[in-house]
Amino acid sequence: MKRIVVLAKQVPDTANITGDAMKEDGTVNRAALPAVFNPEDLHALEFALSIKDETDAEVVVVSMGPPKAVEILKDALYMGADKVYLVTDRKFAGADTLATSYVLSAVVEKIGNVDLVVAGRQAIDGDTAQVGPQVAEKLGYAQVTYVDSLDAIGDDYLTVSRDAEYETQVIDVKLPALLTVTENANIPRYPSARHMLTYFKSNIASAFEADRVEKAEKMGLVIPVLTLDDLGIDPERCGLKGSPTKVHAIKNIQLTGGDLQLFEANPTSIKSLVHEIMKDYVEV
Amino acid sequence: MKCMVFIERNPIENSLRDVSLELAWKGYSLVKEYGGEVVAFYIGKELPSDVDKLFEYGADKLIHHLDDRLEYLHSEAYKEIVVDMVRQESPDMVLFGATHTGRDIAPLVASILKTGLTADCTQLYLDEYKDKGTILYQKRPAFGGNILATIVTPEDRPMMATVREGVMPLPESGDKKAAVTVAHTMELKNDWFKYTIKEVVPGIKKINLGAHDVIVAGGAGMESKEGFAILHQLADALGGEVAASRAAVDFGFTKKERQVGQTGSVVRPKLYIAVGISGSIQHRAGMEDSKKIIAINKDADAPIFGIANMGIVGDYRDVIPVMIKYLKED
Ligand SMILES: Cc1cc2nc3c(=O)[nH]c(=O)nc-3n(C[C@H](O)[C@H](O)[C@H](O)COP(=O)(O)OP(=O)(O)OC[C@H]3O[C@@H](n4cnc5c(N)ncnc54)[C@H](O)[C@@H]3O)c2cc1C
Ligand SMILES: Nc1ncnc2c1ncn2[C@@H]1O[C@H](COP(=O)(O)O)[C@@H](O)[C@H]1O
Repeated sequence: MKRIVVLAKQVPDTANITGDAMKEDGTVNRAALPAVFNPEDLHALEFALSIKDETDAEVVVVSMGPPKAVEILKDALYMGADKVYLVTDRKFAGADTLATSYVLSAVVEKIGNVDLVVAGRQAIDGDTAQVGPQVAEKLGYAQVTYVDSLDAIGDDYLTVSRDAEYETQVIDVKLPALLTVTENANIPRYPSARHMLTYFKSNIASAFEADRVEKAEKMGLVIPVLTLDDLGIDPERCGLKGSPTKVHAIKNIQLTGGDLQLFEANPTSIKSLVHEIMKDYVEV
Repeated sequence: MKCMVFIERNPIENSLRDVSLELAWKGYSLVKEYGGEVVAFYIGKELPSDVDKLFEYGADKLIHHLDDRLEYLHSEAYKEIVVDMVRQESPDMVLFGATHTGRDIAPLVASILKTGLTADCTQLYLDEYKDKGTILYQKRPAFGGNILATIVTPEDRPMMATVREGVMPLPESGDKKAAVTVAHTMELKNDWFKYTIKEVVPGIKKINLGAHDVIVAGGAGMESKEGFAILHQLADALGGEVAASRAAVDFGFTKKERQVGQTGSVVRPKLYIAVGISGSIQHRAGMEDSKKIIAINKDADAPIFGIANMGIVGDYRDVIPVMIKYLKED
């Protein structure tokens, strides 16, 4: 295998939403939410790195998002990725899965010689699980979704297990292919101290002082950026313009107070709770 | 208005998957006012034995493509067939179950047809939209369940959506139609089969939580497998089934197939008893439409009490055995 591309997204940490992440008017305060490496994309990266451990494959991580997304690209370098790309452009903003997959597939084509693309099953901000398959379709790659384990690495194929809900399918898939992996696939490795020392200062060129860029470049610390022009793709198919779906309305979900009736934790009180239940739910 | 719905088979029972019937009914509920039509479509080796139920729940027609090579999902072949069926029918909407198969195929089809696909919708309805006439409004939780977004696909057709099992309720009886079944013909190319399935290990999903009126769910607060054993006693006494939060599954107290929530099953039983579950937004996403919710938790501030109808603040060890005792007495 020559080259593996991992698709990784930076997402708001929706798992740890606390009081201060909600504003007083009940809307989500995005600024108060830490941004994290999408959890399943860590498994996608580990999947690629574990192939790299066994072969001489190069692992390239691609993330589309605002410049802040370099944070997860640095994490990827710390874990052992060979190369990372930040895909960013104002014109990419507001993309739904169709427009996102259009851009990402163009990036994979631009990188070239890619035998394998690994994506997370889904991103925790949108939970759509659509971007992976839509990239596969645009590239014309075979796809296997819900990959739960990597079982064997061949020259031009991989053996993986797919969670098909009612059964596990052990699949030989010919390369090139795109896989979406679940959190069951592996345990992501820790960042290595050596890589952290090497890449600690890495960033996109615009983040360095103008007179330092060249030096940073020489030291391999500049994270390359790909924009719409670099990719030479159709602006009509990118961002909001290229997105067939539109967000029509957003409502914040509040805890709707139930008509909570509390019972004490003593036998008499528990007995009356049981009677309430029996009345309605237990057939006698 | 024409609505197509993707039909799947439960291979263990050789029956329709619940979500398929739910979608047929939903499609029918959507289009009936408009004198519309529901076209169910199915790909596989054989039809589910109870396939005629589709016609009891609103389907006007079933198109199927049966072939031995299609027993298991082959993304490429499936997507070619679906796209061909959709082009023949030119529907306004196409609905898929948000199952592992539906979520594999639907994005491919949307990508080929260059149209919008909205995942995991919890509500679907038709309404006017600006100058576009009547379109599909699709509500779905996003941002980890913290917001509810309404998504529309105003320009492109068909409008596509996936829906999770258990989300669209099915009535006791539907609206019977005459059965019309049509075989789809298309030559299957060899290079559509881009992988070989070497082995099939059955038996991941055996429990259908959606089928139970009473669910007793345990969380991290159960602290052990033994804690779950007590929940099984309670569920048995109530004639119900045991479910779990993701934390309980992660700790290995019980199996993943019992998980309720955003990444587990969606259930709406008549009674949901949540024991040692804090009530995270991701958990609530799978159970908050239950008719009655009882929370048992030793922390009076646990968010689960915010959606519960009845509750006990206390240690489950003190509460559940007493409940079982009284249930058995009566
Ligand atoms: C992308 C994503 C998807 C997720 N999907 C899901 C999902 O589908 N389903 C899901 O459930 N979670 C899901 N989660 C996880 C979710 O965020 C919570 O972490 C999880 O629901 C917490 O489970 P819990 O309530 O059992 O545990 P905790 O939050 O740890 O709560 C345990 C509760 O038990 C109580 N307790 C402790 N001891 C006792 C006792 N002896 N007696 C009574 N009460 C006791 C405590 O007071 C506490 O309230 C998801 C998270 C992410 C990021
Ligand atoms: N902006 C992005 N940049 C890179 N990868 C992405 C992006 N969006 C989605 N992905 C990949 O696609 C997967 C599914 O995302 P989603 O369809 O949003 O649930 C993620 O786990 C990532 O691997």
